[in-house]
Formats: sequence, C-alpha cells, structure tokens
Amino acid sequence: MNCDVCKKNQATVFLTQIVDGKMQKVNLCESCSKEKGVTDPTGFALADLLLGLGAAQEIERGGGVQKCPTCGFSQADFKKTGRLGCATCYETFGEGLQSLLKGMHKGTNHVGKVPTRMQRSIEREQELKDLHRNLRKAVSDENYESAAEIRDRIRSLDVEA
Amino acid sequence: MSIHNILIGAGEWLRGEGPHHQIVVSSRVRLARNLRTFAFPGWAKKAERQQILDTIKPQVEALGEMTDAHSVYSHDLSALEKQVLVERHLISREHAAKGVGSAVIMNRKQTLSIMINEEDHLRMQAIRSGLQLKQTFKLIDKVDSELEQKLDFAFHPQLGYLTACPTNVGTGMRASAMVHLPALVLSEQINQVIQAVNKIGLAVRGLYGEGTEALGNLFQVSNQTTLGEKEEDIINRLNKVIEQVIEHEQNARQTLLQKKPTTLLDHVGRGYGILRHAYSMNSKEALNHLSFMKLGIDLGFFPEEWRVPNDELFMETQPAHLQKGSQQKLAAEERDSLRAEIIRVKLAKFPTPDVKVVDRKAPPKAE
Repeated sequence: MNCDVCKKNQATVFLTQIVDGKMQKVNLCESCSKEKGVTDPTGFALADLLLGLGAAQEIERGGGVQKCPTCGFSQADFKKTGRLGCATCYETFGEGLQSLLKGMHKGTNHVGKVPTRMQRSIEREQELKDLHRNLRKAVSDENYESAAEIRDRIRSLDVEA
Repeated sequence: MSIHNILIGAGEWLRGEGPHHQIVVSSRVRLARNLRTFAFPGWAKKAERQQILDTIKPQVEALGEMTDAHSVYSHDLSALEKQVLVERHLISREHAAKGVGSAVIMNRKQTLSIMINEEDHLRMQAIRSGLQLKQTFKLIDKVDSELEQKLDFAFHPQLGYLTACPTNVGTGMRASAMVHLPALVLSEQINQVIQAVNKIGLAVRGLYGEGTEALGNLFQVSNQTTLGEKEEDIINRLNKVIEQVIEHEQNARQTLLQKKPTTLLDHVGRGYGILRHAYSMNSKEALNHLSFMKLGIDLGFFPEEWRVPNDELFMETQPAHLQKGSQQKLAAEERDSLRAEIIRVKLAKFPTPDVKVVDRKAPPKAE
C-alpha cells in the first residue's frame, strides 16, 4: 500500500482517528509521517492531513448537486484543488461542507465582523424572526390587540426590504 | 513611485522597535476577502481575473492609507524582485508565482500590503515590529472597513466571509507573530512548546510559512481556525500564548546562563568567529550564526548599538536580497561567497564578546 500523501513510498504508519463519531483513516510512509508530526497522535488532527484527501469525499457525501450553477465548478474540481470555485459554491456544496467545516474550525457559525451593509439586513431578519414568534404567542394567548401591533411592525419591516 | 525605491529601503517593521522586539520580530495580520459576483481567482478565466483586478485596484489605490503607495502589476515584476518581496513578507510565495491578472499595492512604510488575485481576490496584510497584534489588527481592520464601502464582498450570514479555501472561511483572518527562540531550541524544549501550542489550536511554522524550515531559530505562531470565534478573541488568545512563549524563552535563557554557560558561550563565540572570518557561507548557516549573535546581544555580550546591523543581516543575506545589487543571476557558489563578504564587511568592527556578564552569575568550572 502506498502513502496517501506522497503516493510514492510504501506506507508504514496506519492511522485511525474518530472525530465526531466518524472514522477517518490515513496511511503514511515514514518520511511523510515525520513531516506531518504524526509521532504524537494526541497533538495532531487527522482532519488537517485529510483536508486534501478527505474533503472531497465529504462533499460527495453531501450528494445531489454535481455542478455549481453559477461557476460550473464540480466536486471533482474540489477533489483536485481543495479550493472552491465561487461564493455560490458554499450553497451548492453546502451540506457536505458543513461537516467538513465542523472538523476544521472552532464552530460552524461566524461570530466575527459583519460588513456594515449586511448588518442592517441581518438585524432585520433577526427582528422579523422574533416578531413572528411573538405574534404566534400573542395569537395563542388571544391577545389580539398586541398581535395587531406586531403584524403592523412586520409589515413595515417587509416594506423596508 | 518605482518599485526600486521599495527594494532599496527596508520596511518599518525591520527596524525592530516594537514591544518585546528582542524575542518577537514582527506581528502580522492578514484578511482574505472576495467579491460576491466573480469566481475565485484559481477558478476564474483570464478575462474575468482581469475584470476583478480592474474593479479592485483603483479602490485600493484610493485608500487614505495608500497615499504615495507602490502599486505594481505582477507581470511587471521580475522573478528576482518578487523573491525580494517574499523575503520581506510583503507578498506570499503563492502570489510570487502569479503573472498577468494579479497585482500588489504596498504603502511607503511597508506596513501594509494588499495582494489582488492571490488565492482570494483580496489578501490584505498589516505588519508591525515586535508584539503588536492588536494594533496590527486595527490597522488592517480599518482598511477592510473602508474597502467594504466600495466593494461588494462575498459574505454569508452563517459562514461569514467566503474564501476560496474552506480553511479561511468566517473571519478570513490569519494573525501571526514571528518569534526568535534560540534558547528553547538549544535546550531542546522547542518540540514540547510547539506541541503545547498546537494542542490549543494554534499553528507553528517555519520562517516562510507553511511547510518551510525553522531557519535561524525563527518560528511563526498563528491561529489555525477562522470560523466560530471573533477576531478580537483570536487575537487575544494568540497574544496570551505568545506572551507565554516569551516567558519560556526567557526562562530557558536564564537556565542556560546558570547551568550551561559554556555551551551558550560556545554557540555565540563560534557564530562570531565564523561570521567574521568565513569566505563562503550558505544562507542556512548564516541565519543560524546570526541567530546566536542576536541572542548574544540580548544577553549583553555585545553592545546594544550592534543590534540593528545584526538584524539587518538576517534580511540582507537572503538569496534574493543578496542578488538584487548584481546585474545577473548568481550561481549558488557565487552567492555564498558574496554573502560571506557582505557579512565580513558589515561586522568588521564588531567587538569581541564580553563574557564577564556570565562569569559574574555563575563562574564556569575549570577554565
């Protein structure tokens, strides 16, 4: 069996790691395993190593769509390059990417900077969500006066959009 | 302003005046951004890349921070000029491989550099001397906020800033500090430190980033993840870790002084002797000796006024910097001999190590 990284040398190091209940396997030759620092399995994330190798499989598992409608990028292209084609690819391959990102990052939700332009629309969406929830509660409580107020507020937000 | 001016003068961060500059050489923060409506550079066709460049370049040039900047197309740079910029960390190795359809804009102080059509449409970087991660982030964050008024960045409410590689999605930020850790290397504690740093989700790399060797006892510590954590939190976490690394290095230096003064002096003394008298030297050997000279200055074996000349040699002896003065490309042997000469000339008046400092603390036995 050949090494998964250099594809040349005989693999002598066989690694199995379970991340989030999923098993990942990788076979390495002596020099690649040293280079990747695999000597101490606790200090090393298989996911990093698998990025180039496993990422494409993750996306494939996401299944369904074969090509990005915006840029024509395919799963095979991702397998080759480890890079995506355009912003829409994140939607196209969304499902598969989700689990890939989970293994790669601290979380799956961005909590950092938001462009000012986007801030308004994100806040509006959050407010709409809250209003709809309040509306349902008001209706079920038969508090129709408050429900009407909420409905008007939702309408005004919709007009804004 | 011509590219020659930038190649001649060293950047502000090389002067080494920032906090903790003895151990932390520089702090860098880069942000990756893409335009919403274009394919990422690696997938875009030539004409589209040109369109991207034409959209972004004028906006970057119009930035307040970029008054009197150097703005240059990649295809107008020679391979050697690109390599000089790589050695100064002003462009990445990946960007140096680009030709038509890419560009770089650098401010005069060389604290800001913005690459267009690298792996992402925009790679914006700020670099400062010493440990100044927060200030460095502020600098680049301001540039980003200005640019987002003019450019429509790809942003996803859940995933944040979208990047060509999923490893950069979210903040698109990579913050790093370049640290000089000779005592941790000498006392063989460096691997433990690297492993500890890795365990908390930070990466340790060599001098020129991913997959490069740690020459001259120089290491880059950076965040590995970009999604699920705020920019400020990433910076603070990195900052704390660097402060601890500094402390470990300082402790290792004290331990060496007390327990292994001979080993320590031998490294500094050999570095001094070889640098001043060699006639051929490759860049790896030069960096290693320069590293121990730097340590010698930190420990007071050499006068402080020699810090800047010694630090400058780290950059001046790099292969491209070495050749930028000569008309044609030099063969490896010619480079090695030129390198040794530059060092000999620059250090000709360098005083011999004053080791009384060590003797007072712990007299080496039987010498």
